[in-house]
Amino acid sequence: MSAVLDNDVKNSILNEETKKVLTAPLINNNPITLQVLGICSALAVTSQMSTSLIMALALTSVTACSSAAISAIRNHIPGSIRIIVQMIIIASLVIVVDQILKAFAYDVSKKLSVFVGLIITNCIVMGRAEAYAMKNPPLASFMDGIGNGLGYSLILVIVAFFRETLGSGKLLGFEVFQLVKDGGWYEPNGLMLLPPSAFFIIGLIIWVFRQIKPNQREKADFKIMPIAHGEGGHH
Amino acid sequence: MLPDAIKNSEYYEKFIAYKDKVLALGNDSLEKTLAIALSLCLLCSILVSIAAVALKPLQIDNKSFDMKKNILDVAGLLEEGIDVDQAFSAQIEEKLVDIETGDYVEGIDPKDYDQRKAAKDPAQSIAIPPEKDIAHIRTKAKLAKVYLVKKDSAIQSIILPVSGYGLWSTLYGFLAVANDGQTVQSINFYDQAETPGLGGEVVNPKWRALWNGKKIYNESGDPALGLIKGVVDNSKPGSEFQVDGLAGATLTSTGVTNLVKYWMSNEGFAPYLNKIKSGSEG
Repeated sequence: MSAVLDNDVKNSILNEETKKVLTAPLINNNPITLQVLGICSALAVTSQMSTSLIMALALTSVTACSSAAISAIRNHIPGSIRIIVQMIIIASLVIVVDQILKAFAYDVSKKLSVFVGLIITNCIVMGRAEAYAMKNPPLASFMDGIGNGLGYSLILVIVAFFRETLGSGKLLGFEVFQLVKDGGWYEPNGLMLLPPSAFFIIGLIIWVFRQIKPNQREKADFKIMPIAHGEGGHH
Repeated sequence: MLPDAIKNSEYYEKFIAYKDKVLALGNDSLEKTLAIALSLCLLCSILVSIAAVALKPLQIDNKSFDMKKNILDVAGLLEEGIDVDQAFSAQIEEKLVDIETGDYVEGIDPKDYDQRKAAKDPAQSIAIPPEKDIAHIRTKAKLAKVYLVKKDSAIQSIILPVSGYGLWSTLYGFLAVANDGQTVQSINFYDQAETPGLGGEVVNPKWRALWNGKKIYNESGDPALGLIKGVVDNSKPGSEFQVDGLAGATLTSTGVTNLVKYWMSNEGFAPYLNKIKSGSEG
């Protein structure tokens, strides 16, 4: 029994599909920059690196476990209550994660406040359940969840890096730039501490990604044609 | 995995038979839909309950540890590497105060009393009329939990719980007052969700240090302490009632001023502090 399982695990960890679902969401199919999902929490928790890391960890574990659980019962989920079944599984896992954070990382959980609970409504988690876990076996779904969680984490870490260093001169609580009010030279940029700054940074990241990978650019819905002479319309 | 007693019982066999029957049904049949929904809800609620119940003791410990740390901090007793629980029980005494009369209340163990919960319970709280509610808290608990720092049975400082609305959130904190009932020693907000870096700077130790030595009541006995716009000029008269405002956080600054004024007024702790001053309580 265990030998069979070991082989199964080995095969599925090493195969191409696993590699694909783990790495594709990092750059090529990033949930935030390409699918533009999960923006809400990316704006809310990224003013500090510590909260971003914990949030990334929480979301990754919820996405992975919920995808695996949903995938395990995918052949028995009645179509009429499909979304509700997914929500129950996701919501239960989020509550468990929230309880664990409150027990073992109290300070960070205080800072994250409602945003852990809001993982329930994070489009990435449901998106993966619906798009991947409903059609694929549990282990692959688990890996897909990890991959998408890592894609989300990558963007969160990049955004938090700029927001914390430029906004408060610190990184993970350690001083990077000495602030004017502490006798240094750096006047912090208050905008970086407010959620809109994450919009700008995410926008810039999307621009950089699509500059490097032109195939990520969306095609224009219609083409603007030059107006031919004499067809100006009413004056 | 299951004990034999369960495996051999007739209910277990019935359960297995039923499970096989349901799983073989079409996914869209009513019976399977109901059975799946019910069993999933049952499983998930078991999972959530186990997590909540098993982790509860740790969470309660975290909460009370955090509270003790905040109280020691505002009392100026928090040092690197001390035993928080031991330091708290050795140096700090908890007391309940009737907010209207300012008298101590005996007969209820302060350890079992949660002032924030009481403030939300109509039976244990007083509604504040809107014109007096400058801190925008709507209700206050009838009994307030204060903490006394004593040295050789003489009060060194009195730690008063304060709360009020800022920009985004209700700020909860402690104000440490010296035994003259007039001089501030420290302030500390343990629960707030103001903008990090702007209003959230209420937790900045440098800003909090500015409160040390400020006076609460002016000559006519009214609470005068508050935040001003910009930096306090210490050479000017009246600067003992002023603290630097928080840059870029006008509404949080106003909120802090209002909550200090409210809780130091006759609506708040003035009756209690007057009794401390006159020496009738200790």
